[in-house]
Parts: sequence; structure tokens; C-alpha cells
Amino acid sequence: MIEKANRKFYLISLLVSIGLAGIVSYYASSSPDGLEKVAGDIGFIETAKDHTLDNSALADYGVAGIENERLSVGIAGIVGVIATGALMYLIVKFISRKKK
Amino acid sequence: MHIPDGFIDIPTSAGAALLTMAGLGVTLKAAKNKLDERSAPLIGLVAVFIFAVQMLNFPVAAGTSGHLLGGALAVVLVGPYAATLALTVVLLIQGLLFADGGLTALGLNIFNMGFVGVWVSYGIFVLIYKLLARFGSNKTSVVIASAIASFISVPAAASAFVFEYWIGGVATYSTTTVLGAMVGTHILIGIGEAVITFLTISAVISTRKDLVYGANKVKTKSAKS
Repeated sequence: MIEKANRKFYLISLLVSIGLAGIVSYYASSSPDGLEKVAGDIGFIETAKDHTLDNSALADYGVAGIENERLSVGIAGIVGVIATGALMYLIVKFISRKKK
Repeated sequence: MHIPDGFIDIPTSAGAALLTMAGLGVTLKAAKNKLDERSAPLIGLVAVFIFAVQMLNFPVAAGTSGHLLGGALAVVLVGPYAATLALTVVLLIQGLLFADGGLTALGLNIFNMGFVGVWVSYGIFVLIYKLLARFGSNKTSVVIASAIASFISVPAAASAFVFEYWIGGVATYSTTTVLGAMVGTHILIGIGEAVITFLTISAVISTRKDLVYGANKVKTKSAKS
């Protein structure tokens, strides 16, 4: 059982994550990140290949078919939060099961 | 920092993938022994928080952005083994769901951010924390040590990429040039990493110090609480 004080802490931190991924993410810088910038400046960006899943529904943190940029990245972020939480939960579940 | 397909050749990528899988085997085993009811939900929250904050690219210099790696943040909150698992989950979700980080480069990315970033953070954190705890309060020492560890972990993870480029880079530009540019840029990104880590650890430790791995599980000689 999760203690009450912990439950409050967990809930708040989950809400913060959802807010960051679902709302604040729209305001993130769209400049290339450190590696991409260095690769572009030096030239080895030329060897980069397109991602295998470039045409998937959530590629590049946007939902395919949703034109509204704010909505598209926001939904992608929330889906990511849920997927990350779910996968982590499964792994933790899996390793604690093996303990017995 | 997410390596796309094509930067590093297939043999090197495959080698890194094998090394990473072996490392994850060890990590799962070690994490299993350290896991308790208290830390289990925290690991999930740490993974989720890192995923969310990694979406928030911040500008660092003209035309360049950076984002949190989260290795130090995770280490201080849940310890190194759970931190590696959390980073691995984040990178899997990003690569498989959001086309961020090449699929052939998944092993490389987990190696750089999930192992190098995490263990460098852990080493630096423990070192600085033990040193500071002799003089200052436990809370302050944890916060300062996590900021320094997170700062250094970013150029460290960037250097791991340069090492991989040196072994199996597809392009033929000089490794020294790549090293200089990668470390230089990632020192700037490291400052952002340190600020985010500092603020997050400060917030958690001021409300729930009991949940912070770094403040409870790392032994110091004369820690005052």
C-alpha cells in the first residue's frame, strides 16, 4: 500500500510531468540539439539516415493528422508520459516478481 | 544527444548493443536486490519526469539547443541501477514511438546516456557529496554535489559519442575536430543540465528528503542533518 503522504507527492510530481510534456513542450526550442549542430557544422550530418519509423503516427513528437501544433505536440507528450510510466511499471513489476 | 542511424557503422553499433544488453542484465539483477516498496513507484516517476523534461529543449547558443539528459537527476533520486533502467525506458520510448534516436543506434544511445551519463554522475556525486558533508549540512551538500555531477555528466556522455565516432564513425572528419566541438557545445548544455538538476533536487529534498537516495543511502563521515 502506498502511504498517504507519498500518494500526494507522487500525484503532484506526475501532474508536473504531464504539464511539462503536455503544455510547456510547445515552447521548447526547435533549434538543432548539440550533436545535430556539431554534425551539421563539421559535415558528418550527411551520413545520417532517416529514422526507420519516420512516418509513424507519433514521429518527431507530433500526432500525424493533427494540424494544430500546440495540440499535436501536447498529445504526443502525454502519450509519451503514459507509455514511459507503463513500460517502467512493467519492468519494475517483472523484477520484483522474480524476487520471490 | 540522440544519435541517428548512419553516424556510427553497424559493427560498432552492434558491439555497443551487445555491451549494453550485458550491462542491462547486470543492472536488472542489482536493481532487483535494492528495490523496495518505497523506491518502486519513485523509479516510474523519475522515468516519466525525465521523458517530459527531455522534450523541453532550451537554447544554449546561436542556433543550438540542448535538453536534459537526466542521469545525475535519476542517480540522486533513485540510485545508479534504477537510474540506468529509467534512462533505458525513456530512450526505448523515444526511439520506438517518437522516431527520436536511430534504431541501430539504440545500443549506443543507452550506453552513452544510460550508462556513461549515469555512472559518471554517480562517481562525481559521491565524491563531492562526501567532501562537502564534512563541512556543511546534508541537504546543501546533496544539492551542490548533484549540480556539479550533472554538469560534468553531459560532456562525459558527449565524449562517449566521440569515442564511438573514433572507432566506427562513417564520416572521415578528424576525431579531434569532433571532440573539440562536441565537448565545447556540451559544456554549455551541461550548465542547463545543472540548473534543472539543482532546481529539481532542491524541490524534492526540501519536501521529501526521505525519498532522496543520495541523501540517505550514500554514507558520509560526519553528515549533519
